[in-house]
Amino acid sequence: MKRRGSVDFLFLFPCLLAFSMVILVPFGMGIYYALSDWNGVRSEINFIGFQNFKSMFTEPQFLFSFLITLQYTVINVIFVNLVGFALALMVTSQLKLRNFYRAGFFVPNLIGGLVLGYIWQFMFNNVLVVMGKGIGLPWLSSSLLASKDSVIWAMSFVNTWQYAGYIMMIYVAAIQAIPGSLMEAASVDGAGFFRRVRSILIPMVANAFTITIFLTLTTSFKQYDLNFALTNGGPAMRFMGKAIKSSQLLAMDIFSTANSRNLLAEAQAKAVVFFIVLVVFSLIQVTINKRREVEA
Amino acid sequence: MSQINPSVQAKLNRAGRRRMVGEVLVMLLFLLFMVPFFLVVLNSAKTSAEIINSPVAWPGNWGQMFKNIATIFESPIVRYTSAFINSLIITVLSLAAIAFFSAMAAWVLVRNKKGWSTALFLMFVSAMVIPFQVVMFPLVQWFRIIGDSLRLPLLGTYHGIIFAYLGFGCSMTIFILHGFIKGVPLELEEAATIDGCGQVRTFFNVVLPLLMPAFVTVLILNGIWIWNDYLLPLLVLGTSGGMKTIPLAVAAFAGAFVKQWDLILTSTLLAMIPIIVLFLFAQRYIIKGMVEGAIK
Repeated sequence: MKRRGSVDFLFLFPCLLAFSMVILVPFGMGIYYALSDWNGVRSEINFIGFQNFKSMFTEPQFLFSFLITLQYTVINVIFVNLVGFALALMVTSQLKLRNFYRAGFFVPNLIGGLVLGYIWQFMFNNVLVVMGKGIGLPWLSSSLLASKDSVIWAMSFVNTWQYAGYIMMIYVAAIQAIPGSLMEAASVDGAGFFRRVRSILIPMVANAFTITIFLTLTTSFKQYDLNFALTNGGPAMRFMGKAIKSSQLLAMDIFSTANSRNLLAEAQAKAVVFFIVLVVFSLIQVTINKRREVEA
Repeated sequence: MSQINPSVQAKLNRAGRRRMVGEVLVMLLFLLFMVPFFLVVLNSAKTSAEIINSPVAWPGNWGQMFKNIATIFESPIVRYTSAFINSLIITVLSLAAIAFFSAMAAWVLVRNKKGWSTALFLMFVSAMVIPFQVVMFPLVQWFRIIGDSLRLPLLGTYHGIIFAYLGFGCSMTIFILHGFIKGVPLELEEAATIDGCGQVRTFFNVVLPLLMPAFVTVLILNGIWIWNDYLLPLLVLGTSGGMKTIPLAVAAFAGAFVKQWDLILTSTLLAMIPIIVLFLFAQRYIIKGMVEGAIK
């Protein structure tokens, strides 16, 4: 077919325009703003080099946010995948209601982190406290969101609850692609359930691991909605001699630097660091997983 | 044949019992998993005092739920009806724009095997790693600049946020559709050309109808994201303006009625109902769409 350049251009135009106006231009502006004294009000913007980057690495809140974001991401990658995989094994077994369970476990994904955050704030601050007092469990008798030691775990718990059903579905798709004869043959040869899972199932779904770990890693690292609605960064604690928020993840720190403290250039510099760290982590993870896949 | 060896019989019994135990355990686990949803429904039918009294008790009067719902519909902060309509308009129009324009762009990129088409495709795909946080503040600034200089307000308008969603959504959508269009035989398009179809008509009459299965994936992935999104509407629509989406309304409500769990939970219930209803009808497509989107 003879293609006309004008038609091709017209077809590409809407996406190209939106993409450049919404991503390319702001991305370029963002890099420049990170190196400037931009404050969103003054129209005059001066180039100040790496000053914003230097200052963030001496800021207790940013350093702490960085650390707990790493902690939160690691906890999530482990738990979401373990729970998701266990659920996948459950709903691919002979259970009577397996399709019903599949759909049910999936439901929390359809609901935004914001709405779920409020629901779980209620669960942690009211329901679990009442139950803890009722049964006489001291660690549940005060809210898990009120202590700096448990708040990250509480947040990971909610994230696992929300996300495991989605990860489960990806594992289910991978498990169903394994030929049934393979599992039967192993069964006939006397392999027990755990042996079959370890020697056949896990190697056969290895490329699903690349996807699921990538998804859990990036979504945890970028977490904002749930963080905002569940804890809003609290409770307060001291770190490096300063009062800081103990559950303020990086995405939230970037947002509050700009919104509550009006330091737009600093927030933008943090966002650039955030972007670089995210890209580096994802590349490392995908490379490692791909190498495993080949070996398996 | 009616006689079964007693030891085999015992083994069968044991296997049957094990299976029963498994069924019951998974059922319990599932119910536990669903507890937050049950509690939202229970407590939406209580007054604030009843919830403080006991967040786990059965509601005394289910009619209270309608009173709570009425309060939310009447509240000037939430304006649930208008938030619902806004969310619906923004989601539907953004989805239409994303699906339609991305399909046009993806088709042009697949059918032109030139250096520029590969370069553009790579540009769209690599932008998928850019987190929203890096572009969000410059985007608002840029939209403000465009609004001021071209007298085309983008902040706080439907077309502004829909344009932004097209920019953010088109990369992934082009990627998914690109993969799909590659599998569409070129002969079909050539036959259309021989029959006298021009490039534009070939796309609309031949290619577009063939893309329907891929559109399901694309619409669901983007739809769930846009419907639940909190940060982009927060930045583009703002909190002070009259326009709110459902997540913005829920956040505004929870911020205004601190600890009034009867109303906050009812508002989360109202936010969840549309998605759950949709899920009940289109469960198969939603799960398939979300899983396929992830695997690609």
